[in-house]
Order: sequence, then structure tokens, then C-alpha cells
Amino acid sequence: MAVAVNAPAEKKPRILHAGENCLVVEFGDGIDLGINAQVQALRGKIENDPFPGFIDMIPTYRSLAVCFDALKSPPQLEKLLLDMSEDLTAGDAGSGELLIVPTCYEGDFAPDLERVAAHTGLSADEAVRRHTAVDCYCYMLGFVPGYPYLGGMDPALETPRLKEPREKIPAGSVAIGGKQTGIYPIDSPGGWNVIGMTPLRMFDPDRTPAVFLNAGMCVRFVPIGGGEFDRLAREAGEPGWKPDIRKKETPR
Amino acid sequence: MKLLIENPGLFTTVQDLGRRGYQMQGVPVAGAMDGAALRLGNALLGNEKDPRGLEPAGLEITVLGPSIKVMEGSGCFVVTGAEAGVTKNGVSLPCWTVHRLDPGDAVAFSAPKVGCRSYFCVSGGIDVPLVMGSRSTYTRGKFGGHRGRALKAGDVLVTGAPNATGENAIGAYALWAKCAGLSCPLRPDRDPHEPLRAIPGPQDDLFTEEGLAAFYSSEYVIANSADRMGFRLEGPVIAHKGGADIVSDAICLGSVQVPGHGQPIVMLADRQTTGGYTKIATVCAVDAENLAQRLPGQKVRFEKITVEAALNLLHREEALIGEAKRLREAWLAGSAFPFRRKGAFDVRVAGELRRVEWERME
Repeated sequence: MAVAVNAPAEKKPRILHAGENCLVVEFGDGIDLGINAQVQALRGKIENDPFPGFIDMIPTYRSLAVCFDALKSPPQLEKLLLDMSEDLTAGDAGSGELLIVPTCYEGDFAPDLERVAAHTGLSADEAVRRHTAVDCYCYMLGFVPGYPYLGGMDPALETPRLKEPREKIPAGSVAIGGKQTGIYPIDSPGGWNVIGMTPLRMFDPDRTPAVFLNAGMCVRFVPIGGGEFDRLAREAGEPGWKPDIRKKETPR
Repeated sequence: MKLLIENPGLFTTVQDLGRRGYQMQGVPVAGAMDGAALRLGNALLGNEKDPRGLEPAGLEITVLGPSIKVMEGSGCFVVTGAEAGVTKNGVSLPCWTVHRLDPGDAVAFSAPKVGCRSYFCVSGGIDVPLVMGSRSTYTRGKFGGHRGRALKAGDVLVTGAPNATGENAIGAYALWAKCAGLSCPLRPDRDPHEPLRAIPGPQDDLFTEEGLAAFYSSEYVIANSADRMGFRLEGPVIAHKGGADIVSDAICLGSVQVPGHGQPIVMLADRQTTGGYTKIATVCAVDAENLAQRLPGQKVRFEKITVEAALNLLHREEALIGEAKRLREAWLAGSAFPFRRKGAFDVRVAGELRRVEWERME
């Protein structure tokens, strides 16, 4: 999945006010890799060289909210952000990193895999093969801590949400909702089709970092068996454990 | 000090000024809903930011406060924010005044006549483990504060030590104790009848003229569901030009979301970081704190202001906190500094009374 930073932008970025302590740089209004690459590029630029009073950023599909202490920030911040948004280069863009997400697509971990198979007309094995064949791109995190908004799932896997949402989808569940796929970082209610479970703890407030997936990274689901799941789940709870994050090689 | 929570009150949580720097991973900020009240309490007690710039934490009390017993140690406390009824050992005490705490002392609360959230601040702050750089409780995510939840009966909290070390720390303890009696006439402006001042945007261009007019001219009532995450308001419908849904965008403190039903929701401390509803305006920071002091059933109006005007309000609030610090310094200067060439005083360390003696080496 090539991420073209200098893809012709449909619009010039514009600055919107979200109160006196936040400016939003809006690069567009759609879900688009080119737009999101600009968001991540500006995010990287500010991370590398934060201005006085800078506090936090919220990258989304198509915008970057920049939060600051208005009593300490430079008076020309709006212009500064616009100037920074002018010449974004690939070097500033997303990490180019790839997170390996081992996922067990078997038995109780995959209560809705048959449903996805029935809806798509694929065999369960073929659905898993397609889910693991393409890397997904993390546009943003939100909704709950550590929840990734992933794009790039094989369109053949599109399956409508459950009519009756479940009260509790356990943390680690890998699921499909409509055109999207996602990973539940904490136990939450939800109506997506659960097709597998990862032993990775996508959110752990007592670990540093609590979330290891960042916007701009890619995700690769890798099928594992139940034994492998148990082993990785044990390891993921040990101090010093590190996720498998690789430099993104050739896109697939 | 070691504090026993004998009765937790309605919803009491440990809060500082929130979690900064993790919103990009979907982690809400949380923190005190009326941050100025917490900061004023800390200013009066002499609780300074730690070297990382972290504001000491206090207890955020929602309407009905806890009963707290001092198990060990001595220090001071002050209640700021909504003026709850406060007693120590059954005797009524004023809010916004620093009071002494000693082993066995019992502090209890009754509901404030005006306002919703009071802050129980203690010398040293409430010390709980830092989670992602903050002591704030985020109850929905079950992390931060005391075990990620509101306080329960039987919980034991400890207070922090001064930033200073060695002899300076002994001095700091002495200075803490000397603040007892200090009363603060300064209050942040939390008039429940005043309109909330809001800066238009970021999606005000997606509403009709009538929709914008309704928003800035109508009275809305706070719904019962109002909590730390946000306040749903009920009143005249705010019409969109087209749909109410947008491609997910950031949510900030004070963001006024308007979903398809046309009823506004003001997002506050525990807000999720992103969302797909249009946002007509952003309530300025000081008025987000003002809103935090209102109760379900109370009314809300909005008034359009500029970024510059909102900045002036921020400056005024900062000046108020600076004034409280000066007030404390003046109070301390009113009596001689406790250190002479040679001397001694008693201090309780971890519940044990100890004699501290010193002599200046020339």
C-alpha cells in the first residue's frame, strides 16, 4: 500500500478553531491515504520540533488537532501551522512501520467466522487467508484508548454488523464491521463480527507505552494456532515484552 | 498523611489536571472538571507543581462529599469549588480557608447550596501511582486515580511529600502547617445564570442560519445524563444544512457536538478523543469549568465570543491564581520564618511523633 505524501491535494489545508487552546489543520474531508499521509507528516514535524506551549495532538482521518496552552503559545501560531503544512515531505510522514498482530482464527475465538463465510460466500479458510493477505493502514486511534481505525481490508470480506450487538466483546477480539476491520483494545460492547483473537494487549495502562500502535503504521494479521496463542499471551504479560514491529518493506 | 475514606460520597475521584500527550492514541484527558478550583486549592496550601510540571492531585467531589478520617500524620486541607458544607470533628468550617488536620480528625461534607463539584485539597496532594503521566481517574477506562475507580468506603489514600529534600523539606512541612487559617476571598466566576461563552467552529459552516440563530439565542436545559464525559442539553433544535455526520474528527474540551437530532452535547473532561458529529462551537476553557458547576435541570445559554476575548478570560483566571499565591506569601510573611539560629519542633512522620532539632553551622 503506497502512501503518496505529495499526492495532489484536492484543497489547500485550512485552519479551524476548536476553542482558544486548539487549532485544527484540516487537509480534506474524506478517508484518503494521501490526505492522511499529510496529517501524519505534519504530526511528525510538530513532534520533532514542538513550539512553546505545545501540549498534545489528535490526528484523525483528515485533520490534525493541535492542543496547546494559549497563554504560552506563539501569537502567530495559525500562520506557523499553515507554513509547516506547506512543504510536507515523505521523511515527515508516518513511521513506515509494520505491526505484526498474531491472531487465532479458531474455535471460541472466532464466534462469527462462519457468519462472515456465509455472507461473503467464501470458505472460512479463504476468509482467513484474505484477512491475513493484505496489510491494513492505521489512519487514526480513537473511540476508546488504543482503538485503531484500519483501512485496506479486502472488500470481499465486507459483512454487515450483527443485528443485536453483544454486551461484551473481550479485549483482543479481531472483528469485521461493514467495510472495516478492527481490534478491540478493551472489553467493550459492540456489533462487529468477531473472527479471531490476538494475544497482544493493544492497550495496557500499566505498561510503557500503553499503546504501541500509532496512526500512520500498518498492521499485518498473522494466523496462529491455539497453542501459539497461549504462549504469546503469557509472554505479552511479562515485563520487558516488546511487540513485533518491523520496518515496512515492499507493500503487499 | 494517611487518610481513610469512611464514606465515599456520591462520586469522589482523584484528579489532577489530566493526561497530556496521549490523545493521539485515543486516551481521554480526564482531570479536574473545574481545574481552576483545584489550582486555587493547591496555591493556598503551597502545593507546587512537581519538576515535571505536574499539578498535585485532589479529590473531586460530586454534590455529596465523603467522610474522611486522618489515620496518620498532620497537614492542612482546603475545600474549593462548590461551597459544600464542611465539618471537622462535627464543627462547621468555611470553604476556601486552609484548616489543620491531625491524627483522628474526621472531615465530613454536606451538599453545596450552589454548584456541583467541590475539591478537597491537602498539603502534598493525594498521591496515587502515575498512569501515563497523570494521577487523574478515568473511570470508563478503569485506570488512573485510586485503582481506576471512584472511591469506596475503606479506601486508604496517602498524601505526597514536598518537592524539596533534606533541610528544605523540613522547612516545607513547617510552611505547610503555617497556612492554617489562611482564607481566600478570591473566587473564580461560576455564576450559574451567565451564558457560556463559545468560539464558533470548527464546523459552524455546516449549520443553517436558523440553526446558528437557535443555538446562540435559545435556552437549553441540562439533561439528567450529564457527567464528566459530557453534558447533553435539551431545547430548540439546531438545524444542519445537510447531514449531521462528518468523517471522524478530533473532539476538544468544550466541543459542542450536534448529532442528527439537533440537540447539543458539550464535551468535557472524560470526552472521547474523536467523533463523527458536527461541532457548532467550542465553549471557552473558563466556561467549560463554569458548566462543570451546574446540575441537571439547570439552564444554559450560549454567547458567541472571539478567540481574543477567550484569551482575556484565560489571562484573568491565571491572574486570579497568581493572586492566591501572593495572598499565601503575604500570610506567611506576617509571622517570622520558623527557622532561627537554633531550634526544634515536633513533626509527625508516618504516624510517629518526632522531635526535629537543628543548628546552623557557620
